[in-house]
Amino acid sequence: MSGTARIERRRNVQLRLGVNGEDTEVSFAPYKTLLELLREDLGLTGTKHGCELGECGACAVLIDGEPQLACLKLAIECEGCSVETIEGLARGKELHPLQAAFADHGGSQCGYCTPGVIMTAKGLLDHEPEPSRERIREATAGILCRCTGYQQIVDAIEHAAAELRGERK
Amino acid sequence: MMRLPWFDYRAPRSVEEAAKILAWEGNGAMLIAGGTDLLPNMKRRHQMPQTLVSVRQVEALKKIANGSGLRLGAGLTLTELLAVRGLRERYRALAQAAAQVATPQLRNMGTLGGNLCLDTRCTYYNQNYEWRKAIDFCMKKDGEVCWVATASKRCLAVSSTDTAPALIALGARVKLVSAAGEREIALAELYQNDGIDYLKRKPDEILTEVLLPQPDGWRSSYWKLRRRGSFDFPLLGVAAAAKLAADGTVEAARLVLGAVSSHPLVIKSDALAGRKLTDDVIAEIGEAAQSRAKPMDNTDMDLRWRKHVVADFVGYALRELRGDDMSAMRLRIAKQLV
Ligand SMILES: Cc1cc2nc3c(=O)[nH]c(=O)nc-3n(C[C@H](O)[C@H](O)[C@H](O)COP(=O)(O)OP(=O)(O)OC[C@H]3O[C@@H](n4cnc5c(N)ncnc54)[C@H](O)[C@@H]3O)c2cc1C
Ligand code: SF4
Ligand code: FES
Ligand code: FES
Repeated sequence: MSGTARIERRRNVQLRLGVNGEDTEVSFAPYKTLLELLREDLGLTGTKHGCELGECGACAVLIDGEPQLACLKLAIECEGCSVETIEGLARGKELHPLQAAFADHGGSQCGYCTPGVIMTAKGLLDHEPEPSRERIREATAGILCRCTGYQQIVDAIEHAAAELRGERK
Repeated sequence: MMRLPWFDYRAPRSVEEAAKILAWEGNGAMLIAGGTDLLPNMKRRHQMPQTLVSVRQVEALKKIANGSGLRLGAGLTLTELLAVRGLRERYRALAQAAAQVATPQLRNMGTLGGNLCLDTRCTYYNQNYEWRKAIDFCMKKDGEVCWVATASKRCLAVSSTDTAPALIALGARVKLVSAAGEREIALAELYQNDGIDYLKRKPDEILTEVLLPQPDGWRSSYWKLRRRGSFDFPLLGVAAAAKLAADGTVEAARLVLGAVSSHPLVIKSDALAGRKLTDDVIAEIGEAAQSRAKPMDNTDMDLRWRKHVVADFVGYALRELRGDDMSAMRLRIAKQLV
């Protein structure tokens, strides 16, 4: 699809991308956003559909390790990318430390913002294993939460970071 | 669901190829970089290009070069821009502006070129199709009148880019390339005071590079007013830059306001030359800027108040240039140190 080739509006496109570590081939309508591709074509509804305009952060996923908004990302531009969503975190029945910490510290109430916050937090901790509270606030400033008041979100990320560093169990 | 309208899609790998496609496709084509402005607009049916020409795969637009100054590729994301070594020390206003654009996730996607070409904004325009239809649309798109000033012959939508005022204050130039050739202009010359035709860029021109002069003793500062510490577009942006002599006398200065007009508003600041940035001089310049600012009632917050704080914000910027410790005020206004 790259280079000079034209993608035409009426024909489905077929492309490969990595989703949660698995090489995936998918065929879809070319106007779709990554959010629509994940939820509608791949059945991965963990990534939430909020405002669709970049104004809430509920749809944040990791693209090549960086938190980005799936609602403003053309799916055709994800060819060859590695996409990580909330579904990829748990190992079998065992929760990822971030998921466990959100449950333990009240970081998630209605849960609508939680996948976006957790993926953003994972993006942060993958690069910076020991962020200050200030840095956690800064990194998650692109996601609105209408329930928690944010304090518990920061607590949860701080605890998960400590656990990931092996300081708590 | 707000679906994107249908489009054909091209992803050229070089500027030449992109320019050829634009020339061939004519007015039906639009460039897309990060898509963080264009895609919401397409969902709301503000723009419905026949063809999207993506510049994401054009490596040349990611170049950073030091030489006599700094050359920044228009395709750098704002996150990549903020990581440019020495940016904060040499071009502080640009770093302060870029760090306050949107949210971290959006800065990972949105580019410098897209920020400079950002569509103008208005409460009667940045709404979905049904909402706009319910008010019979407006002059900027699909309608006749301007709801902000019904007697106005032109659209008064607001220039809302954060980096443009900062870059103009820093004396930036931009390079525009089309199939017919290329030109280099002062960034201030890219804009005009019209909410619809806000850019003097021709539809087939690609903004490829931003060129900054050597800092050469210039200092700069950017202050932004918005409701929240994240997400929001500017309700006022103040960019100031000055070259100060060793004793603090201003040798030259530039002052630019964002979000109070349909283009970045350059304020004449000759009055500063040869004087020191005393409290009185700062107050005088702040008042002069405030009288020039004409914010309209088409964005967040009370109109009179937005005008009223212009002098204060100019003051913060000039005091920062003078060397005052502004960190407490910065935390209050920006909710972060930038
Ligand atoms: C919730 C939200 C909040 C935001 N807050 C802010 C904010 O506070 N301040 C701010 O300044 N912006 C803000 N933005 C707007 C936007 O995210 C940024 O301005 C971003 O830098 C735009 O870059 P882009 O690459 O995504 O542009 P795109 O959407 O890809 O393009 C924007 C426009 O520029 C044109 N264009 C893109 N690249 C080029 C090029 N190289 N040459 C010529 N034309 C080009 C496109 O055709 C289009 O018309 C916000 C957006 C959202 C959704
Ligand atoms: S300023 Fe007037 S014409 Fe322009 S977008 Fe707003 S209402 Fe429409
Ligand atoms: S759904 Fe993507 S930011 Fe709200
Ligand atoms: S937990 Fe409900 S929005 Fe965050």
